Amino acid sequence: MTITLNHFSAALVFSLFASVVFGITHRDTTREMVRYGLYCFAMFLGGVLVAGWAMWILRR
Amino acid sequence: MANSTTDKAKIVPSETVTLMSVLAPAIGWLVPGAGHLIQKRWIRGLLLFVSIVTLFLLGLAMQGRIYKANGGDILEMLGFIGDVGAGGLYILTLANDWGQGAIAFATADFGTKFMIVAGLLNFIAVADAYHIAIGKKR
Repeated sequence: MTITLNHFSAALVFSLFASVVFGITHRDTTREMVRYGLYCFAMFLGGVLVAGWAMWILRR
Repeated sequence: MANSTTDKAKIVPSETVTLMSVLAPAIGWLVPGAGHLIQKRWIRGLLLFVSIVTLFLLGLAMQGRIYKANGGDILEMLGFIGDVGAGGLYILTLANDWGQGAIAFATADFGTKFMIVAGLLNFIAVADAYHIAIGKKR
């Protein structure tokens, strides 16, 4: 079985699972875990979008 | 008056080695999330298992390449260290001769990175299981 993900969906999947692990392992309480996981997810995806736009601007 | 130097020099008591503090990281390395499950952290263990295993399997399905033990290029060695973190998944992959994809397109390279990251995330999960076992974390 072969799966082909485009760049954005690969980044989305990566961000989701990495954020879950970061949230669980880096915080003590459930509430903090959820908050930190969401924060990591937003930072991962935000970073991808910012880097993407930065490269688009540099290319022009 | 105590100064900061003497405060820092205080001896921290060594942590007691319990069966769980050895077992949880070992089991957690072999099966991602299992180190949490045997300590009755059911939801955390399940989430870790699903996240790490899915990332690794997606990497395989994307024709990612698995690194074997080697003494050559530094990047190859680092790739091996990352991959070996996945424990049982890495052993299973080697035993079945999976992960031999030639990196001919971008998503295959993503797959290779997915597997390395899954291994590295499992190292973090193992450390977390150990911290729970020694009582440093609830």
